[in-house]
Amino acid sequence: MNIVVCLKQVPETAEAEVKLASDKKGIEMEGLPLQINEADNYALEQALLLTEEHDGDVTVVTLGPDSSDEVLRMSMAKGAAEAVRLAGPAFDRGDPVAIARALAAAVKDLEYDLVLTGCMSSDDGNTAVGMALAECLDLPHATYVTQMEMGDGEVTVGRELEGGLIEKLKMKMPCVLGIQTGINEPRYASIMGIAKASKREIAMKSASDLGLDEGSVGEEGSRTKLEELAYPPVGEGAEILEGTPAESSGKLAEVLREKGFV
Amino acid sequence: MDEILVLAEHREGELRDITFEMLSKARSLGKDAGKSVTALLLGAGVGDYAEALKSHADEVLVLDHGNLKAFNAAVYQQVLSEVLKSREPSLVMIGHTAFGVDLAPGLAVTLELPFASDCIDLAYEGDDLKATRQIYEGKVNATVSFADAPTVLVTFRPSACPVEDAEASAGKVTELDVAVPEEPAMRQFLEYVEAAVGEVDITKADVVVSIGRGLREEENLPMIEELAEALGGVVACSRPCVDAGWLPKDRQVGSSGKTVKPKLYLAIGISGQFQHLSGMKAADTIVAVNKDPKAPIFSEADYGIVGDLMKVVPALKEKIAELRA
Ligand SMILES: Cc1cc2nc3c(=O)[nH]c(=O)nc-3n(C[C@H](O)[C@H](O)[C@H](O)COP(=O)(O)OP(=O)(O)OC[C@H]3O[C@@H](n4cnc5c(N)ncnc54)[C@H](O)[C@@H]3O)c2cc1C
Ligand SMILES: Nc1ncnc2c1ncn2[C@@H]1O[C@H](COP(=O)(O)O)[C@@H](O)[C@H]1O
Repeated sequence: MNIVVCLKQVPETAEAEVKLASDKKGIEMEGLPLQINEADNYALEQALLLTEEHDGDVTVVTLGPDSSDEVLRMSMAKGAAEAVRLAGPAFDRGDPVAIARALAAAVKDLEYDLVLTGCMSSDDGNTAVGMALAECLDLPHATYVTQMEMGDGEVTVGRELEGGLIEKLKMKMPCVLGIQTGINEPRYASIMGIAKASKREIAMKSASDLGLDEGSVGEEGSRTKLEELAYPPVGEGAEILEGTPAESSGKLAEVLREKGFV
Repeated sequence: MDEILVLAEHREGELRDITFEMLSKARSLGKDAGKSVTALLLGAGVGDYAEALKSHADEVLVLDHGNLKAFNAAVYQQVLSEVLKSREPSLVMIGHTAFGVDLAPGLAVTLELPFASDCIDLAYEGDDLKATRQIYEGKVNATVSFADAPTVLVTFRPSACPVEDAEASAGKVTELDVAVPEEPAMRQFLEYVEAAVGEVDITKADVVVSIGRGLREEENLPMIEELAEALGGVVACSRPCVDAGWLPKDRQVGSSGKTVKPKLYLAIGISGQFQHLSGMKAADTIVAVNKDPKAPIFSEADYGIVGDLMKVVPALKEKIAELRA
């Protein structure tokens, strides 16, 4: 069984200070650590587990800047057989549909029984590229997948709905599944694996390599446009209890006592 | 007249809040831009819901059909395509929910609709729609514009808009006549499986001490348990802590976990992304401890401490013990 995994590199922003670039169209990337998108790491692990059990290869595909070779190499260090990167200015600033269209052009020529993506990227947060990709490839799809059970030419998946309710579906393969975090325990790459992967080749694909009209991808191929970025307005916000940990927690303990919790 | 069409979402016999949130947004948008509001109700045995929707929309379109019993993105997408092609609403709103995210992107691709997902606000500037969405884990807001097109599609974030009171004048109900395909073999609904129930019910507790990824390691859990004990509360957490196996799923607060409304919610090392906030923002008093002063949780909290939880938690435990003594 062969599996294609679409994954991307994202800056770590949960803990870092995020600064807007001066043109307000992007953020300052300097100083932000780069990593594999969290859900994509689970998608990759799921693909590795399945191909280890059922034989076959994993191919990882990304659309992104040079730095994203790093997540492709890390994927190969963990066991992916091939890596493809969609590269070139034609792909820049695509909306989720344009990204999906580009990825579809690369994926359609690969051999696969399954296409896995993460369910959501932490930077753009579209929660859309995987399912749009399925439509471009004309394949059945399901997202927020937290359970998979392989059958003969089909897979039973559990999708996680609000409140933790699981929706069980039977899907024919090939299909596209958006993987949600927690479905498995992602492995770490071994030092040996990393050393080997550093010499492996990554297949670079430009828009013309994929037979794509440049106007159909990237900003030109997008039907939505990012106008401007801003910091979210801060509402009333919390009353910040200042001081050293001892002082601030002393103030908090007082508040809690006034309110009758202590 | 131009219309804004809202897909009503329901599950297991109930209309979901997101439906009324979207209708409220659509009504205020429609008022400003001179557009009517239409609720689209698809399902099996859902005719009754039209009554509830009627006072929130100018028109309710109902398609009650056995093949729509399970929410199946493949079937719903086909039906929606037909409806959208014939009515050409200027805006379609679908909830940014587990149902919506499974459905909307495919619809955008087949109908070539300009599409923005997870919108937290919408506004017309003249004829042009502008959407606000959040990126970088809630730390940045992005304004998005749409290409000129008869219809644009958005998914709208749950809890992003308050529900307005129903209108006295009731809208009309129209039965739709659209062919509904059978569930395709390529994707078939099997069943719903309820989340497992654990030994502690965090929804019943007055005090919830909740931890996030900021805890770093499972080994740091005991100090949280001790703090919860000192406050007579229970320990809960954000999703990554469950993913990592630190705590069982029934302790997870948020959209895919539990919704809690305690008297006191302590969010420790939790950034406060919307999937978490939706599960706890109704708490009476919210206290956040986070080392990042820009963490979104501080906008939702009543009190905050900016600092290292590894220092603040033990100190707080000590202060509480002092007050108790
Ligand atoms: C469909 C879907 C459903 C989801 N459902 C849920 C859900 O039900 N519940 C949920 O919680 N999430 C849910 N999520 C995940 C959600 O998007 C976030 O990823 C998650 O809430 C982040 O958890 P966190 O705040 O613990 O971690 P992070 O976002 O990584 O934040 C960690 C925080 O800890 C702080 N910190 C780090 N070290 C320290 C320290 N020493 N002292 C003090 N502070 C520190 C950091 O500043 C940061 O703010 C869902 C996601 C999706 C896509
Ligand atoms: N540029 C990209 N390259 C490869 N995969 C992507 C890219 N953007 C999004 N994806 C995939 O689509 C998923 C959902 O992303 P998004 O729709 O941006 O939230 C991600 O988790 C990835 O698996």
